[in-house]
Amino acid sequence: MADERQYCTFFVNGYYFGIDVLKVQEVIRYQEMTRVPLAPPVVRGLINLRGQIVTAIDLRRRLDMPDGPDGRLPVNVVVSTDDGAVSLLVDEIGDVLQVPEKAFEQPPETLRGPARELIRGAYKLENRLLLILNTERAVALSNNGPGPRDAP
Amino acid sequence: MKDIVREFLLETNENLGQLDLDLVTLEREPGDREILARVFRTLHTIKGTAGFLGLAKLQALSHAGENLLGRLRAGELLFDAEIATALLAVVDAIRKILAAIETTEQEGDGDYSSVVQSLERLTRSSGTVSKLQPASTPTVDFIPRVSREAVPESVPVVIGPTRAWVPEPTLPPLPSAPVPVESREPTEVRAPAVADTSIRVDVGLLDKLMNLVGELVLARNQIVQFGNSQEDRTFLGTLQRLNTLTTELQAGVMKTRMQPVGNVWGKFPRLVRDLAAACGKQVRIDMDGQETELDKTIIEAVRDPLTHMVRNAVDHGIESPAERAARGKPTEGRLLLHAFHEGGKVVIEISDDGAGIDPIRVRDKAVRTGLVAPEQAARMSDRDLVNLVFLPGFSTADRVTQFSGRGVGMDVVRTNIEKIGGAVDIESQPGRGTTVRMKIPLTLAIIPALTVTAGGDRYAIPQVSLVELVRLEGEQVRKGIEQVHGAPVYRLRGNLLPLVYLDRELGVATDRGDDREIVNIIVLQADDRQFGLIVDDIHDTEEIVVKPLQKQLKGVTAFAAATIMGDGKVALILDVLGIAQRAGVVADSRERALSENPTAAAALAGDCQTVLLCAGRDGGRMAIPLAQVARLEEFPRSAVERVGGQDVVQYRGEILPLIHLSRAMRRAGSAGKANGGPRRVSPAPASDSIQVVVHANRDRQVGLVVGHILDIAEETIAARSQPSRPGVLFTAVVQNRVTEFLDIEHLVRSAAVAPTATIGD
Repeated sequence: MADERQYCTFFVNGYYFGIDVLKVQEVIRYQEMTRVPLAPPVVRGLINLRGQIVTAIDLRRRLDMPDGPDGRLPVNVVVSTDDGAVSLLVDEIGDVLQVPEKAFEQPPETLRGPARELIRGAYKLENRLLLILNTERAVALSNNGPGPRDAP
Repeated sequence: MKDIVREFLLETNENLGQLDLDLVTLEREPGDREILARVFRTLHTIKGTAGFLGLAKLQALSHAGENLLGRLRAGELLFDAEIATALLAVVDAIRKILAAIETTEQEGDGDYSSVVQSLERLTRSSGTVSKLQPASTPTVDFIPRVSREAVPESVPVVIGPTRAWVPEPTLPPLPSAPVPVESREPTEVRAPAVADTSIRVDVGLLDKLMNLVGELVLARNQIVQFGNSQEDRTFLGTLQRLNTLTTELQAGVMKTRMQPVGNVWGKFPRLVRDLAAACGKQVRIDMDGQETELDKTIIEAVRDPLTHMVRNAVDHGIESPAERAARGKPTEGRLLLHAFHEGGKVVIEISDDGAGIDPIRVRDKAVRTGLVAPEQAARMSDRDLVNLVFLPGFSTADRVTQFSGRGVGMDVVRTNIEKIGGAVDIESQPGRGTTVRMKIPLTLAIIPALTVTAGGDRYAIPQVSLVELVRLEGEQVRKGIEQVHGAPVYRLRGNLLPLVYLDRELGVATDRGDDREIVNIIVLQADDRQFGLIVDDIHDTEEIVVKPLQKQLKGVTAFAAATIMGDGKVALILDVLGIAQRAGVVADSRERALSENPTAAAALAGDCQTVLLCAGRDGGRMAIPLAQVARLEEFPRSAVERVGGQDVVQYRGEILPLIHLSRAMRRAGSAGKANGGPRRVSPAPASDSIQVVVHANRDRQVGLVVGHILDIAEETIAARSQPSRPGVLFTAVVQNRVTEFLDIEHLVRSAAVAPTATIGD
């Protein structure tokens, strides 16, 4: 249906997020990672995805949220980008959801910080909001990382 | 796009490169009928296909070109510069049309009528003089015809050197020659050899194959690791076989990606011709070793630097014909490209016999623009001076031309070459010419590397940067490494080797402190410096598959790429230069040439510096940049002798003048009035020896007597203030203590001013 879209959903710090299902390459359980010293903290490490080296980005940190509780292993949502696959580390994976386009709304003006850049908008579901992540921005660190605060 | 169109584009693009080359050659050797025939054939083919595909403009262009060539081939016209220019214009026009077709599938709206007109004019022009000839018509006579005479019968297919029209009497001067010039066609037998034994393969496929072989190498490494714990003979035998096969396959696939460097050079004759014409110069280009092969990615990476340097050579290197004649050189300048293998690398040399680079001019320019301090420049050898042109923002060209001389370029050349693990160097003899020499690795895809551990993680260090390994145990650790806090040094055969702890540099140090029983030092070459990298453990050297880092990590200069190890885990490949810069071993923007001028001091203050900390007699802390320290020595007080009012010691068969820092600084302050003061050579209380920092100044060495050596620190100097007294560059906080940064050059100079001193003239 033209006015319905499919999203791959997941949870980060209690929030319910979605990514366009076509952007998601695969979802895999936690993988052992090689840390990258001196890298931005958002980069949790590198994983070997069948011979391909994939950067894992911690979505909590990317969204300026506190780190998750110790001992709980995040899940890799591997999204395809122009620069190859990138993994987004999320707390827990949800379903693939079909939502009506008319339930979509722009993010509120009061949304600040990195989230403002990264959240495309929200779908008003019956009992909760589904926040749609802008994956291109989420994986781009240099351009949209700390935001325009650094500009003179 | 239709397959037929795509194939046409591919093939034609390839042929155009050859056309460029051939036309430039023809201009030089107008009598070469073989090349003329080839040019004719190529244009004819393009015309034919263009007609078939309904590409009208292309057809008209190639037709006009073919007409002109027809007359040339018939000997009615002589190939000259004007014709060459016109035909090259055709090549350019065809290129434009092809580019348009590739993007839009249309011929584009370019207007090439002027090109066609000039061709027609040329075709008609001097044609009048020989119109009477019963020459072959400009239309094509393309029936393969075996030449009737002179072909030895034993040669079945006539190609290459066996062709028979050997002593073509050099083409007769046109006007007076009603000679029945050979209307004979060159034997139009197409060489079947190349076409039948080679096929076109998509580069993407090759890349994929390379990746797969990379995977295979990894899997092999994994199995070999597993095999180490196995006893089964059959298994081990098979493993051995797998090992060999993988290596062979890897070599084979890597070979498919190899391309002759001539692929890049191919466009240079044309480039040089056009550029020389534009600058009013005469340049002849010669190439040697075109067949030397390099990996495709490397070829791509050297394309721009090479082009840049060829441009430079023509634009700035080679003089105008008049200048050359005045210097007694042939008016035609010579440019030589030479590629060859040397020590597992490929060397590409670009030599010209032009004006060369005048080291004095380079020095003056570098000093004037503040890139190098005058004192520093005075000490540099001519060769080092010439290599200053690689500094960012350097250009000796007095005028900026359309082609070069904007002061960007050589530093970019160097950066690009270093990026692929290569090196570049200039040698020049004023008046005689310049040679730029690039050393580049054969391939980047799979490289030998040393794996090490630091902070619990594995890292790979490319073998190319590796100089040697030093292992210190037990007592040697405590004695060998002179360190107190942060940055230690090791005396490697008499030279101070700065040491860098990899784990600390990466911020992954564990809390086990410095009481290591065994210290592994990896001596690495970064730029023109060596430094020792201390790691926790050294493992094997193995072939690793280089995988680029994604853009999220591009800012992390400490790592060049990543790889997958035998156990399937990812390991980072160190960028040796990046680590060195981070650690301050190699100054970032090559500002290691800095000295006492204010901008240099500012640069010094902003960057991470390795400095030697010592205490003055009054206990004040002073810092000397480690770069200015040649050695640290300790002499018994009794060794100090006094000659002509100057303290000296005998040192390594030389007489080493001593400067007492505290005294020299006073002297520097009072402009020689204090004149040395009372003789108090007792800087270090309760000690029978003196601590001397040996500083090399020009060809001489000077010993700076300090109270005692405190430490070597490596810090980003943030807070700093104005100099507290003469002889001091500035004051800054190092290791939480206020420290004076000494202006060594100034001190040495002012010591030399003193009437009693004889040092440093």
